[in-house]
Amino acid sequence: MTYIAKPRIDMPGELLNAVGLKQRDYEGVLSTLCAGCGHDSITAAIVQAFWELSISPERVIKLSGIGCSSKTPAYFMSGAHGFNSVHGRMPSVATGALAANRDLVCIAVSGDGDSLSIGFGQFGHVIRRNVNMLYIIENNGVYGLTKGQFSASADPGSKAKKGEVNHMKAIDPVATAIALGGSFAARSFSGDREQLVPLIKAGVIHPGCAVLDVVSPCVTFNDHVGSTKSYAYTREHYYAASRTDFVPPATEIKASYGEGEVLPVTLHDGSKLLLRKADADYDPTNRSKAMEYLEKHSSRGEVVTGLMFINEELPELHTISGTARKPLTHTSFDELNPGSAALAKLQQRLR
Amino acid sequence: MTGQVNDFVIKIATVNGTGSASANGLLMKALFRMGVPVTGKNLFPSNIQGLPTWYEVRANHAGYMSRSGRVDVMVAMNAQTYKQDLAEVSSGGFLVYDSTWPRKELLQRDDITVLGVPLAALCNEHFSVARIRILMKNIAYVGVLSALMGIDRDVLKTLLEETFAKKPKLVDSNLEAISLGYDYAMKNFQCPLPVHAEKIGDNSGHIIIDGNSAAALGCLYAGATVGAWYPITPSTSLMDAFQGYCNRFRKDPETGENRFCIIQAEDELAAAGMVLGASWSGARAFTPTSGPGISLMSEFIGFAYYAEIPSVFFDIQRVGPSTGMPTRTQQCDVMLCAFASHGDTRHPMLLPADPHECFEMAVQAFDLAERLQTPVFVLSDLDIGMNDWMIPELTWDDAYRPDRGKVLHAADLEGMQKFHRYLDRDGDGIPHRSYPGEHSKGAYFVRGSGHNKYGSYTEDGPEYQEVVDRLLVKWQTAASMVPRPVLRKAARETRIGIIAYGSSDGAVNEAMDRLAEEGSHADYLRIRAFPFNGEVREFLDAHDSVFVVEQNRDAQMRSLLMIEAGAPAGKLHRILHYNGMPIPSACVVSGVRQHLAQEAAA
Repeated sequence: MTYIAKPRIDMPGELLNAVGLKQRDYEGVLSTLCAGCGHDSITAAIVQAFWELSISPERVIKLSGIGCSSKTPAYFMSGAHGFNSVHGRMPSVATGALAANRDLVCIAVSGDGDSLSIGFGQFGHVIRRNVNMLYIIENNGVYGLTKGQFSASADPGSKAKKGEVNHMKAIDPVATAIALGGSFAARSFSGDREQLVPLIKAGVIHPGCAVLDVVSPCVTFNDHVGSTKSYAYTREHYYAASRTDFVPPATEIKASYGEGEVLPVTLHDGSKLLLRKADADYDPTNRSKAMEYLEKHSSRGEVVTGLMFINEELPELHTISGTARKPLTHTSFDELNPGSAALAKLQQRLR
Repeated sequence: MTGQVNDFVIKIATVNGTGSASANGLLMKALFRMGVPVTGKNLFPSNIQGLPTWYEVRANHAGYMSRSGRVDVMVAMNAQTYKQDLAEVSSGGFLVYDSTWPRKELLQRDDITVLGVPLAALCNEHFSVARIRILMKNIAYVGVLSALMGIDRDVLKTLLEETFAKKPKLVDSNLEAISLGYDYAMKNFQCPLPVHAEKIGDNSGHIIIDGNSAAALGCLYAGATVGAWYPITPSTSLMDAFQGYCNRFRKDPETGENRFCIIQAEDELAAAGMVLGASWSGARAFTPTSGPGISLMSEFIGFAYYAEIPSVFFDIQRVGPSTGMPTRTQQCDVMLCAFASHGDTRHPMLLPADPHECFEMAVQAFDLAERLQTPVFVLSDLDIGMNDWMIPELTWDDAYRPDRGKVLHAADLEGMQKFHRYLDRDGDGIPHRSYPGEHSKGAYFVRGSGHNKYGSYTEDGPEYQEVVDRLLVKWQTAASMVPRPVLRKAARETRIGIIAYGSSDGAVNEAMDRLAEEGSHADYLRIRAFPFNGEVREFLDAHDSVFVVEQNRDAQMRSLLMIEAGAPAGKLHRILHYNGMPIPSACVVSGVRQHLAQEAAA
């Protein structure tokens, strides 16, 4: 029941962010997902990230498709307009919304069924258009609401709760996003808030389609022995290619790192990502190397996480389209309507 | 029927991809500038190059716009279709062909006159470049027709000069080609033919335009900023035209930036999603498509109906079912659009009869969609959308302001205790909405799942029912807002009625005149929108026999009148035309005539 309001308790001494809001102001209604669901941890990370970024909720639109993951936008930022669309079609709605008003901050939540099966086409094309949004896939490898069918991200050899074994190849949203020429592709784990929050922030700030695949175990249908999306399996095979620190604009970088350990990436608003790399040779700005790296580690059965690829220079939808800087929704009718004289003139050529 | 001045049909048979379109346009415009009312119908294949294509120009001093079913002069430029083209010429008519290669088989009919002109030979002799020879062969037959049919050569010259104002060399070569044909015809035939044109004015106050261009202009003038689409015949030219008008009128004068965003989607599902997203954000957004696209969009159409998101869908109908005949016309999506999507859904439809109404109804569609917060369909068709129509000049009232409907902005929300998205505060079934990005008090969660009047998720029966019942109240409101039908009364009191809509209008108007000459009088009601308003019911009540004229097999509008206006089946008689060609007036005349004869015999 996504309408259960949370009791609001204001604690004295709670911190305010730059727009004068408490972290509680970024929460939504009470989650109705199963206790221990990875998705709820992601919701908490979203709340924290947006609060820390000091983005006013009314500037935000939150969209989703259909499935367990797609219920979650109700659980964060009640002050943001939400759009729970149809199954697999969230990207097109987000594209239209941002076409109309490019100043909106867009966070979209989808699942592996929503994005990699029914919505695979729209997932691909929103990346291709590089629509300016954070696209989170809460990836549990299973269809929860319909009680445990494999999804397209289930790994070959993984076992369903009732013992059935998957023999088909898994679709990796990160590798897909990079292969499609995406501008931002990252992976994290719902159980790793320290890694997840900076990646959410980076994805929000990144001027393009930021795909963030978050392995998020389904405690009810996919957390057993034989599953490759369980808490236990993910923790055991977890391989962080990099750790990310998000440094807001005009903030001095204080921490010291050894040479070669840290790769700073400057985002377009002046904020910085400091990538603490596990491998010195890993370069998330090199597309072919990123692909090679993913392939190498996935063949070992490792769940590679971190910022896998970023290119801040790729033009987003409005840059490609040449749309006016002022949002179309803010453009007055007089600026849009050519008037009767122009119509009369135009028709001289139609005679 | 031949031998008429300013009342004839010229049909030109060519091969597509040979550049005949500009020659045919030139011919039609020349007749137009001579003050003769004209229409042009392009009968083309679903193909890029090499297949037969025809262009039919009807000139008629009385202004009849439909197909007459007659061919007075056939210009047969395609050897592949000679046999068929020969057979189609009306008795007493003429056939012009390229006699560079003489054809004995074209002389088989003794009730028509065959005129051979060695067009290829003339052009090959005169022009050196191969491509130019092919193009100029088309212009040369316009020259032949100008001699045969009294088409003013000065008008042709002026038109060419206007068309090629920036390429004067092309004017010369075109004029040379015209002279080649003209001189040959003058020398070898008795000109003009008994069937010919005479200048009677200049058709001032009128334009020639296709419905898709006019609809695109309507979108431009309505202030639409987001267009999402997937290319599909016969709707593609609507977005092409919109893009063209936007490039001309919607660039920021200082920065050159676009005050519009057109997105070619990956499919029609995505196009519909983009329209919904943009409308939800507060833009006027639309998509042009055809029947197959509506099938794909139906998922989102139901969503928009239930979540109450304004959206405008242009369905330029083509022949179905399935892929059908993409380059042929029908009115076959009436039922589909009226009830598109699963569950209890129903949608307002506007039914333009010509490009003039495409322009006006495009604007009305946005106003209605935003006022009613629901998807609105504009049902045009290939005949209206892609053919050339002569219409009165379009006019625009600069005092017009878009009706954005019930929107609460930041200032309104600020003073409110709480905003509820689906609460009917005015009793008209229409709630208030808010735009994202304005105020956190206006935030709500759009969902296609069950919701109550406050906008919250529900699985509670009565709460669900309250909302869908309120949508019916809104439907009643819609009936009072959509365009009213147009009534044409018979010269005499009659209990016989005709109902038609969209592109059948021209055929019905002409048929009424023919029938009246025979002493059969009928009142004619042209339906312009769904839901039906009171006037449609009154018309049905006031007539004992009502002919429903439409261009589909299953008499879809007749069914809709039975379901939605309670019309008894027994009094609604079908007159149907669905072979993919625009309905000719003769079809309506014979349909009415036959039925009346049967009734008289009974």
